[in-house]
Amino acid sequence: MGVGIRTEDLRKVYTSPPPAAAGAAGFSFTASRSRGPAPKGAGGKNAKKPEIVALDGVSLDVQPGEIFGLLGPNGAGKSTTVGVLTTRVRPTGGRAWVGPHEIWKDQVAVKQLIGVVQQRPNLDFALTAREILLFHGAYFAQPARERARRAAELLEEFKLTDRADQMVRGFSGGMMQRISIARALMHDPQVLFLDEPSAGLDPQTKLMLWEIIRSYNRAGKTILLTTHNMEEADALCQRIAIIDHGHIIAQGTPRDLKGSLPGGYLLRLRFSQTSPGLTARLQALPGVREVKTVDGQAADLYADRGGSLIGEIVAAAAAAGAELADVHIAEPSLENLFLHHTGRSLRE
Amino acid sequence: MSWKTFSALLARDAHVARRNFLQLLVQTLLQPLLFVFIFGKVMTTSGLMPEAYKSILLPGIMAISMVLAGVQAVSMPLIVEFQFTREIEDRLLAPISTGWVAFEKVVAGMFQSLAAGLVVIPAAWLIIGHGVNLSFAQPVLFAAVALAVAMFAAAGGLALGCSIGQTQIGLMFTLVIAPMIMFGCAYYPWSALASFPILQKVVLINPLVYASEGLRATLAPQFPHLPMMVILPALLALDGLVVAFGLSRFQKKALG
Repeated sequence: MGVGIRTEDLRKVYTSPPPAAAGAAGFSFTASRSRGPAPKGAGGKNAKKPEIVALDGVSLDVQPGEIFGLLGPNGAGKSTTVGVLTTRVRPTGGRAWVGPHEIWKDQVAVKQLIGVVQQRPNLDFALTAREILLFHGAYFAQPARERARRAAELLEEFKLTDRADQMVRGFSGGMMQRISIARALMHDPQVLFLDEPSAGLDPQTKLMLWEIIRSYNRAGKTILLTTHNMEEADALCQRIAIIDHGHIIAQGTPRDLKGSLPGGYLLRLRFSQTSPGLTARLQALPGVREVKTVDGQAADLYADRGGSLIGEIVAAAAAAGAELADVHIAEPSLENLFLHHTGRSLRE
Repeated sequence: MSWKTFSALLARDAHVARRNFLQLLVQTLLQPLLFVFIFGKVMTTSGLMPEAYKSILLPGIMAISMVLAGVQAVSMPLIVEFQFTREIEDRLLAPISTGWVAFEKVVAGMFQSLAAGLVVIPAAWLIIGHGVNLSFAQPVLFAAVALAVAMFAAAGGLALGCSIGQTQIGLMFTLVIAPMIMFGCAYYPWSALASFPILQKVVLINPLVYASEGLRATLAPQFPHLPMMVILPALLALDGLVVAFGLSRFQKKALG
């Protein structure tokens, strides 16, 4: 019987820079992060610490036994969400459950059920690779013989056997990431959290990781992973939530999400100049669902076909007195979906 | 609370301490033992210090060693573990509440503090040679004082370790540890401050005073010392205060 995850209107507001507990390495909020004294005119009563809203009403429902992806750019609130769900970040508001346990009230029961791979390797540098696994098993009260067997298995599976008895301090980034994942699997958790698991892995190791995630999932385990890589979300996840600025902007299976885009194809166009007349002409082309103009020169065009539209676009531009300067055609993808909702690219 | 988890955390700290045994030993004991050699041996043999100073010095050296060992054993690793690498994360995710993870640090630090205290006495005795006059007539009281001192030291390490960053370690030693040792009645009995009445009152806020005077009262009761009725309650009150403060600092530091 698998274990699900649920959150209800989760909010997190930081009044100081987010601590490393949130694992938010790539935090990129524009809000002021300085904690300097408030401006003099503000006066004692109204003086407020700068606030950073990391989560703004996040409600998720992850089914038992599914691979669920949280997709969003750096600083969207992915790591903070994982921090809250793994008992490591105290939410400002809202509630969350892992299985039947409310996370903030029943932390020990939650910790018992979960395994966590954080964004940055946070290995115990005073230990060797094998010891990291053995002690981790001991924290979860595994009997000595079982821990030894399981540690040996995982070291073998993650191709670390020949370095097993060396201090992890000297490991490469990829090896540290592998031992972090092995550690999270050590006590056979019902729910596995992976925060940007493939960041920094070479393509081969990434494929190995995907296979491990899939086979762990086949054993009935629930997996929540965060990523800013839509190929990964698309390839791995049964359902996805797209998060930006602490809001969930879309949620569903990759196929449904992509299907929800008007048209599916995205043509990013650049003109010498745009005008309402041009927009109207573009809008009127057959197969075009939606046109969004961006900063006077560019237009994003959602349509149900791609390259075959170009000729008509050139003609429409000429009729409106503009010239087509650049075209980029994107096939239906989560990237386009993100762009559609936020006006920004995931990679930005 | 799961005893298995708690004892696994302790086992981890013991394992790491064993691995760094020699370094830990030198780090905590070299300085006090050098002091013993100069003041307990060189100065007394040359006649600059009276013979009796040997027995006054030893309990104070034990107090210093215990406090240094406890503070360092807990604070140094914690400062590193809470840095960018977050090495402590795996233990914070162990199925036990965060408070117990912090308390485990205190218990591990107490063991190291007690070990340092128990090693330094015979070692110092060996260095000084003859003329040391210590009494072990009050083993229960001695054990109680030693435990209370160890707890204060380890909990102090917890509080310090969660309050300062890696760049401030040097500052911690000059600003906190050095004055504490100098004004801690370790190298002289509290009664020796009688000619400095204000100082004598002020040093009473220094926990090391109670540690030194407490160990002196049990090991060398022939010399003047604070009454046990003051020492034990003061040590216990300090223990409670510093443990509570250390635990709350740890919680703050551990959670986002």
